[in-house]
Amino acid sequence: MFIKENILLAIAGLRANKMRSLLTMLGIIIGIASVIGVVSVGDAMTSSVTSSMSSMGATNITVNVQEKSTTSTTSTTSTTSGNNTSGKNSAGSGGAGGSSQGGNKGTQGGGGGASSVASLFGGGGGGRPGGGYGRQGKPTSTAQDIDLMTMDQINTLQENFSDKISSISVNESDVAGKVKSETTYANINTVGTNVGYQDVKNLAMQEGRYLAQNDVDEVKNVAVVSDKLVAKIFGDDDPIGKDIKVYNSNAIYTYTVIGVYKYQASGTSRTTSDDDLTTDLYVPISVAKKTAADKNYQTFTIKPKDGVDVQAFTTEITTYLSKLYARNREFEAVASNMESMLDSRTSMMSSISIAISAIAGISLLVGGIGVMNIMLVSVTERTREIGTRKALGAKSGHIQMQFIVESIIICSIGGILGILLGVGLGTMGSKAMGYSAAISPLVIIISFGFSMFIGVFFGYYPAKKAAKLDPIEALRYE
Amino acid sequence: MSKNIIEMKNIIKSFYIGTPNELNILKGIDITVKEGEFVSIIGTSGSGKSTLMNIIGALDRPTSGNYVLDGTNIDEISDNGLSEVRNKQIGFVFQTYNLIPRSSALKNVELPMLYYGMNKKDRRQRAEELLELVGMKDRMNHQPNELSGGQKQRVAIARALVNNPSIILADEPTGALDSATGRMVMDLFHKIHEQEGKTIVLITHNNELADETQRIITLRDGNIISIADNEKYYRRFREEEKICL
Repeated sequence: MFIKENILLAIAGLRANKMRSLLTMLGIIIGIASVIGVVSVGDAMTSSVTSSMSSMGATNITVNVQEKSTTSTTSTTSTTSGNNTSGKNSAGSGGAGGSSQGGNKGTQGGGGGASSVASLFGGGGGGRPGGGYGRQGKPTSTAQDIDLMTMDQINTLQENFSDKISSISVNESDVAGKVKSETTYANINTVGTNVGYQDVKNLAMQEGRYLAQNDVDEVKNVAVVSDKLVAKIFGDDDPIGKDIKVYNSNAIYTYTVIGVYKYQASGTSRTTSDDDLTTDLYVPISVAKKTAADKNYQTFTIKPKDGVDVQAFTTEITTYLSKLYARNREFEAVASNMESMLDSRTSMMSSISIAISAIAGISLLVGGIGVMNIMLVSVTERTREIGTRKALGAKSGHIQMQFIVESIIICSIGGILGILLGVGLGTMGSKAMGYSAAISPLVIIISFGFSMFIGVFFGYYPAKKAAKLDPIEALRYE
Repeated sequence: MSKNIIEMKNIIKSFYIGTPNELNILKGIDITVKEGEFVSIIGTSGSGKSTLMNIIGALDRPTSGNYVLDGTNIDEISDNGLSEVRNKQIGFVFQTYNLIPRSSALKNVELPMLYYGMNKKDRRQRAEELLELVGMKDRMNHQPNELSGGQKQRVAIARALVNNPSIILADEPTGALDSATGRMVMDLFHKIHEQEGKTIVLITHNNELADETQRIITLRDGNIISIADNEKYYRRFREEEKICL
């Protein structure tokens, strides 16, 4: 009952001093708006990067055979990111991959790490470091087949850690080419995969089945194609069991379609239109290895089971592999995961957000002081009113409540206006930077709560002062 | 015949302006006011009448002495307790009206009931009733700055009456009004006194106003120099009776 009366009274007071009220609120408005704006843009960036990285399998562990080096983990991370994406994109950028490979492998260190971060920022395209472990882009170092991991070794690894490994994928980028129909064509990269690849890459099947072990064992010319390809080449026809021909400059390969997977745009290839989209065409790894120079594996990806501590497990695997490579002088196999990189990216982003928010927070503080100042003026101005109220029976608590409510009202209205402005700014900012706006309701609720808290905090002292006024003095005040 | 509303015994009020300079404003006041009395307290400025009014109105405590207001011993009450006493037992009428700005006449009259804790419906009904009594019902939605001085004072009187207090304490109620409106306000006090049987304490420096009350208490330099039943009041009262007859 009192609260309602006090709110009405406060609003009447604010309306009587519109300009002053607005100026008082301005500090709160700017503070809240900038916090929300910054946090929204930061969230949009983070979620965009996180989702694009998660789609690449953030919790997956990648094992790489690489030259032994004394350089820090930065090199590992950069090579990892390269390898991890190489399965999908290597053949298309084979030349570039090959040349950048040298830099990446040879010089290593900070340069490689920085460029991989830059490519993530840029959101696709561009020179992908280390992106060429395919058939054209051989490592420049002389990694012989004997230095690489054999399928048997990989299988042994899987058996040894069967309680922690969900599946292991190996892949071999085969030719890039076109699948043609009478009227149109679709770009594809042929990728040789094993059975585990589906699980590791989270491929969702739409029709048919994924490659089975006997497809690999019997070196069958079968293929799993994307729904995009099916839509273009087959239209509404059922593609299962049909043959497709893959044309590249050198040869034509024929595969029988056994399954259709749902194409998932990776976060970094958003700009590609459907027309010249290049999708992966998965064939048994044994088929791809027929023509590959290396019969063994430079890299493979492990998908840990749910609930496994990825970091600890990565270390465990590295230890295991180092024993395997203990007698190799030039090469070692290193396990790494994207999570650490993701963590560092997210934490970098959030620390930037926090830093800017802190600056915005200062404007909130200044706004709060403005509110306090106006409340003190208001108390002085209304000394007689306070005296009258006390004479009429208001207790100290009543007076204190009245002024705190007034302060909260000022801050809440300021907060609401600030939220509206901040949401607007955040949306515009995110759009301008090419991210989809992500304004979390939590931030809005917290901001509103915080503005009310400012109201209480900075209203408390003036209200206390009002409540403590001596009624006789107050009544006599001119 | 009736009970004592105000019982003051040996009220002393001192202020300390630096330790040696103790300033006695009230030097032992004894006052008794009976229920339904219309009393005036007069005195020149500096006589201590404002201080006395503050003590009667439970805005201040005496330095020593005993004050019982309608059975409540004021000396023993906390600050919030004093608020409650003011709310329930005292109706203030000020020289400068002291209406709450930006609140309608109705809201102003409702205010003491709000602090009393009455529900909205009852507040509204009671406020309208009293605004009707003072002849302000047609302007109850006006804000104070839209009312004349006399109208403001009538709203203030309605506000003073609203919680049915033990006493109405009027501090120079006509001081800021011209004689015609002042007359009207005094007539209103007489009406409240006679019709409602309210105890009224009028504080003034104006002997003419004091002459309209039943009993005149005169203060000088912190002492009561006379308490006199006012012959003129009773004469007037009798004359009015004659006229009525």
